[in-house]
Amino acid sequence: MKLKNFKDAEHLVRLAGAFAVVLVVFLLVRAQFVPKSFGQYGHYRGDALNELASKPIFFAGHQTCEQCHSDVLEVKKSGKHAGVNCEACHGPLAKHAEDPGSVVPQLPDTAVLCARCHEENIAKPKAFPQVVSAEHSGGVVCKTCHQPHSPLLQPGDKKS
Amino acid sequence: MITRRKLLMLLPAAAIAWEYVVAGTPEISPNYSRPEHWWGMLVDIDKCIGCGNCVRACAAENGVPEGYFRTWVERYHVAGWQQETPQVDSPNGGKNGFPPSKAAGGKNFFVPKMCNHCEDSPCTQVCPVGATFRSVDGVVLVDEKYCLGCRYCIQACPYGCRFLHPVKHTAEKCSLCYHRITKGLTTACCESCPTGARQLADLKNPKDPIHEYLKTHSVQVLKPHLATGAKVYYHDLDGSVR
Repeated sequence: MKLKNFKDAEHLVRLAGAFAVVLVVFLLVRAQFVPKSFGQYGHYRGDALNELASKPIFFAGHQTCEQCHSDVLEVKKSGKHAGVNCEACHGPLAKHAEDPGSVVPQLPDTAVLCARCHEENIAKPKAFPQVVSAEHSGGVVCKTCHQPHSPLLQPGDKKS
Repeated sequence: MITRRKLLMLLPAAAIAWEYVVAGTPEISPNYSRPEHWWGMLVDIDKCIGCGNCVRACAAENGVPEGYFRTWVERYHVAGWQQETPQVDSPNGGKNGFPPSKAAGGKNFFVPKMCNHCEDSPCTQVCPVGATFRSVDGVVLVDEKYCLGCRYCIQACPYGCRFLHPVKHTAEKCSLCYHRITKGLTTACCESCPTGARQLADLKNPKDPIHEYLKTHSVQVLKPHLATGAKVYYHDLDGSVR
């Protein structure tokens, strides 16, 4: 159909042109601002997964500790604390695992550390060993009698 | 000989090829394939002693600001038949442990809480920009570069697991230690739990002990009536827990 058959059709062409220009500008701006990886796996930035996965690690994990400290593992595995991971008491030590020479971990204070788990509380499971530390030791530090890696008192151990 | 016609036909193909070159191939951990995992967690109420190790470990591993929690521990006291009105306290999220209970008698127990990494999470559905999402391996994450800090997701989470970071002003939540589990490690909270009350679970790994556990123990998720598809399974959860 010839355009001249329409009377005063020229403004429609101009309008269509304007729409086309706006559409092209919109698509260009959108391409500029939407990250390349958006929509790679879903309605989110795919690169975010790698960014989150590459955050630094602070807890080395007990497998790493055991590579060097196999002697402690030997003591622990027959004791009551066999299931307690190293960093549960010693704190996050990935830096120590990376550079054992210069990053030397602080020895935890057993008076504070042991009470966190073993101080009596009515909400704790009944079977869990609990003491009222003031009555139990009267202020004597736990490791005077108990060896933290294998805490049950053995015959011949120091007793109060 | 390249004619003008041939060149014009080649151009769109070349443009598409160039797009791929510019986008680059995404960096993938060598031994980790996302579709082969589906992460969740098992929490055994019978084993939790309220020591707060998980809360401290989480803060250390993820740089959680003081006074905010990606995971926390609540202490419940249910006196008698009043299941609907338990007394709950959580001093500083249980980060420093719990003082002796004032109430005696009744039921007393600890409940560790965290993001439930819901399969159909309400929080991801309300995000207007696609900054929070559930990954292919079933972890609900926040893209902090994309988050506007509008707080919709914080309101949407029925478990109260999100907060606005006071410095970054973006939504924050448990990432299930995504930087650890993708490298074969367990989460910081599980690593530091002395009683094994928390266990990371890979529901797509047939060798994971979670499958045997779920078959042989009574477990429950929080707020099952909301049908969020929560993947933090609680063993021996009392009906009074909200």
